[in-house]
Amino acid sequence: MTDTLTPVLTANWGDERAWTLPAYAEQGGYDALDVALGMAPEDVQTMVKDSGLRGRGGAGFPTGVKWGFLPPPDPENPKPRYLVVNADESEPGTCKDIPLMMASPHTLVEGVIISSYAIRAERAFIYVRGEVLHVIRRLQAAVREAYAAGHLGTNIHGSGYDLDLVVHAGAGAYICGEETALLDSLEGRRGQPRLRPPFPAVAGLYASPTVINNAESIASVPAIVKNGADWFAGMGTEKSAGVGIFSLSGHVKKPGQYEAPLGITLRKLIELAGGVREGHELKFWTPGGSSTPLFTQEHLDVTLDFEGVQAAGSMLGTRALQIFDDSVCVVRAVLRWTEFYKHESCGKCTPCREGTWWLVQVLERLEKGDGKPEDLDLLLDQCDNILGRSFCALGDGATSPITSSIQYFRDEYLAHLEQGGCPFDPATSTAWAESK
Amino acid sequence: MSDVTLKIDGADVTVPEGTLVIRAAEQVGIEIPRFCDHPLLAPVGACRQCLVDIPDAGNGRGFPKPQASCTIPVAEGMVVETQNSTAVKAQHGIMEFLLVNHPLDCPVCDKGGECPLQNQAMSHGQGETRFEGTKRTFPKPINLSPNVLLDRERCIVCQRCTRFAAEIPGDPGIALIQRGAQQQIGIAEDKPFSSYFSGNVIQICPVGALTSDDYRFRARPFDLVSTPSVAEHDACGAAIRIDHRRGKVMRRLAGNDPEVNEEWISDKDRFGFRYAVRDRLTSPMIREDGELRPASWLEAVAVAAAGLAAAGSVGVLPGGRLTLEDAKAYATFARDTLRTPHIDFRSRPLSEEETEFLRSRVAGTSVTYADLDAADHVVLVGLEPEDEAGTLFLRLRKANKAGLRITTLSPYASEGSRKLGAEVVLTAPGAEKDALSQVNGVTDASVILVGERLATSQGAYSAAADLADRTGARLAWVPRRAGDRGAVEAGLLPGEGGLDADGIVRAGLDALLVAGVDPDDTADPDAFLAALDRAGFVVSLEQRVTAVTERADVVLPVATASEKAGTFVTWEGRRRPFEKVFDKPAAYSDAEVLGHITTSLVEPASAASGVETNTASSSAEGDRVGLDTPPPPSLREGAPSLGASGRASSPDDLTRSPSGSGGSTDEGGFHLATWHLMLDNGTLQSGDKALAATARPAFVRIPAALHEQLGDVVTITGDRGSWTLPALPAELAEGTIWVPTNSFGRGVWADLASPGSTVSVEGAK
Repeated sequence: MTDTLTPVLTANWGDERAWTLPAYAEQGGYDALDVALGMAPEDVQTMVKDSGLRGRGGAGFPTGVKWGFLPPPDPENPKPRYLVVNADESEPGTCKDIPLMMASPHTLVEGVIISSYAIRAERAFIYVRGEVLHVIRRLQAAVREAYAAGHLGTNIHGSGYDLDLVVHAGAGAYICGEETALLDSLEGRRGQPRLRPPFPAVAGLYASPTVINNAESIASVPAIVKNGADWFAGMGTEKSAGVGIFSLSGHVKKPGQYEAPLGITLRKLIELAGGVREGHELKFWTPGGSSTPLFTQEHLDVTLDFEGVQAAGSMLGTRALQIFDDSVCVVRAVLRWTEFYKHESCGKCTPCREGTWWLVQVLERLEKGDGKPEDLDLLLDQCDNILGRSFCALGDGATSPITSSIQYFRDEYLAHLEQGGCPFDPATSTAWAESK
Repeated sequence: MSDVTLKIDGADVTVPEGTLVIRAAEQVGIEIPRFCDHPLLAPVGACRQCLVDIPDAGNGRGFPKPQASCTIPVAEGMVVETQNSTAVKAQHGIMEFLLVNHPLDCPVCDKGGECPLQNQAMSHGQGETRFEGTKRTFPKPINLSPNVLLDRERCIVCQRCTRFAAEIPGDPGIALIQRGAQQQIGIAEDKPFSSYFSGNVIQICPVGALTSDDYRFRARPFDLVSTPSVAEHDACGAAIRIDHRRGKVMRRLAGNDPEVNEEWISDKDRFGFRYAVRDRLTSPMIREDGELRPASWLEAVAVAAAGLAAAGSVGVLPGGRLTLEDAKAYATFARDTLRTPHIDFRSRPLSEEETEFLRSRVAGTSVTYADLDAADHVVLVGLEPEDEAGTLFLRLRKANKAGLRITTLSPYASEGSRKLGAEVVLTAPGAEKDALSQVNGVTDASVILVGERLATSQGAYSAAADLADRTGARLAWVPRRAGDRGAVEAGLLPGEGGLDADGIVRAGLDALLVAGVDPDDTADPDAFLAALDRAGFVVSLEQRVTAVTERADVVLPVATASEKAGTFVTWEGRRRPFEKVFDKPAAYSDAEVLGHITTSLVEPASAASGVETNTASSSAEGDRVGLDTPPPPSLREGAPSLGASGRASSPDDLTRSPSGSGGSTDEGGFHLATWHLMLDNGTLQSGDKALAATARPAFVRIPAALHEQLGDVVTITGDRGSWTLPALPAELAEGTIWVPTNSFGRGVWADLASPGSTVSVEGAK
């Protein structure tokens, strides 16, 4: 079988007005909710745990286990529990949650209701990055429809369960994708990561027990409830169960979202995407967004699951597969990414704030051919001083493209110095270059 | 809480569970470099300078990467390396990053020489930077407040200042704004950082980013001489450090005293010191032909002695700025030398009830700051700690955050009460007695703190004492001035048959000996001035020219707190001794001056014989007696001595009209509630412009309904005058308005109304 695509989340994306409630209901939407409401919340939790679903936001922490970290309900502690959905999708290259919410917001809404029920939360939030106004509107419309249809509000489906869902628009900061910064932002503060402990499960939003999950993780829940834990666990690999959306962008013929079981290879995905741009070869790619160390041609057969990618020296991350062909200067690409991190560093901790500021200056120098060969060692040492020293993972992520690109393309960096500038013509890597 | 043993750099350390690694290291003398960490602030882990290697977290497994020791708690069996290659590399790396955008302008920076960044860059840095790029720049400095300036280039955004502001005084007027390398400390638009404790952010800034307008560019730390001392601005006894150069105070810093002020002081304690160099009386003066003229010490002392000796009756008003030693000297001088029972340190509205209360319930007692921490409930009556006792305010706030219940009986729900987390029982002035009888939850583990304002509320002191007796709660009196408690301990209260301060003013005694009293602070300023005019002989012991100076026959300059050694007694009863900062010739303490007068009284001729001028009193013959000879047990024959009957007016005359009952005022007037704002027109704040600029705008507080009706400016009329002032709506006790005591004109008692009276309020014309 050549087609390994397994559309679950993406199955209805092509439907007529798929984002509306009627279209979603047409293909069985909100049926899973009835199934869940017919179960004890603990059983829903167990089901998600058994399915092997791991966080789709990048870290891959088992979702059901995370839910289990909430302290047991305590009559002495009247604090509410919250479910917060992280839909602040901002990683360069990552584009799965936003298309999902754009095409089928009800999948996420249903997932929120079931998940909230499972953890006994009566209020849930979806934190969406503020720039994607059209997505926010669709999500808000979906929430309105769900309220009107009795999927949200009081006594949902006659079960006695109440849930309010708030769609919150962020203000466009990458750091707010970090879960504790997201909580600060949601509370109306300036988004900066919090000190842990206390962990959100104990004292999260408004110092109350809180579960924070990625949008795709939560959107996966209805299908699991509907089809069973075994169905989901049967897909993917033993440790990386289920399906996920792989976002191919860059120099492939048909970029887009490809939903497939975890464990697929880039070779297969590129094949599905019609191959690399005509007349060019794959040069390097990111397995999970710009914060994951680069891969090259030699990694085409790495299995794209959490374990496989890690064994090969990178991270599965958000399955944001950015494909760069041989027309791209790796120094230029890395500099652009580093500028992004410098711009998005929240400023809280020294290594990230000052380190990214400095890294950009060294990379600029190298790109222009003004640098020295020793600058590469300087870059690596700076990265060593940032990685694992910064307050949150933003700083760590900033070092990934630099260290991995020097690892695989040191000669290309040196070529800039030898030639007194970039040996590539950036115009040749543009989307319109072929047509000229 | 159990103890945990871990190994830091090979040394075993046992510390309580929950201790942070950085604190545990301090226990064995290992100093880990740090910037954002501060023992009195919540950990934040922002600067990352304190990274250490933890090869074993106590579970046999190590952390793969260096950990911030300021945020990680100890664990049993943990192994910490603060100086191995991993830790050193991490620390060097962070230090290099910190200096990337730092201007390295140490040679022109006020912090240079006492700068944690400079010092730790030397001890934990590489010496040379590899950074060859462009540093970010900002216009600088910018004002966070009229007195606190920010240099954003030097700032390493450790957040010590913002955390202090939010956590310690509860004045979160500064916050981080922007992000990345542009992240900076900011204030809300047109809203300067306003806190009575703002100067502390300058002191805890680990770089030279925060400076005071007051001290900026004035001195280098290594040119300063530091002398530990005690703040003289309130009765809290905050430890301070006075930094001086060539006989001049350059700045004052908070001392570190965990039992009293921890590491914080108020801005008044920090910036209020120029009074000691402005308008100082420099030499003794005597009045001749109606004019004061400079005189020698011997002459002036002799004149003073002769005048006091000749007087039939003498009243002694020593004021509240005294050290314990000075207070004792006044007590001895009045009792043994002048033999007058008319002595009273109080220079504010007072009552006989208070006199009795101070004698029986305050003198010799002790309630400490630590007792407040341990209390289950603290009840404040007639006391506004934020304005009147800064250190006490911070300690109470800290205790409240740790769970202490605080109740305040106050005329209005102030911001200060809110920051203390206090339950406010709105109590009109005069109604404290009834309110005290209804306070709940007072046990033998509680503390009742009463302020000196209760003197104007009949029955309040007694009610507080009753409450304490009934419940077993402890009772403490918190006065405003540094010398007040010491004066109580020294017995500067009317002797048997003696008159209190108000009585002395009314009685028309022959002579008055007046020290640190501003007539405008007293219950009846005009009567006080009239008493000075009426008295046949007035001796003034003062630091600076005052209204008393203008009416004195002899003026004897005395030393300020920094010019003498002495002891302040805090509201707790704690002795706070301090050393002399400046050894100035002829800067005599009150006690020394009184000693001179005593000597002169004993042997007037010998004292006068040293005076070359024509002194009227120098007549008798006798051997010269040294100034330090103790006074003989009795004065020469014929010395004035007021008997118990004295010349006091009848007790009825002395009894002030009782204050308002607290109910609605039948006359349609309002009860006048008042206290001093921390920063106002006080004498000891004069000359400190930057400090004055940070004072909160003074407003009258009126009931919201009235504010709606009358608007933002109101005219208040009392029995002594009328003021038109800006007003804010507030939650007040029924029929009450609040006016700051000494923020306008000559103050409330001189310009507006008598203590305990009612006032009328109308819209400004």
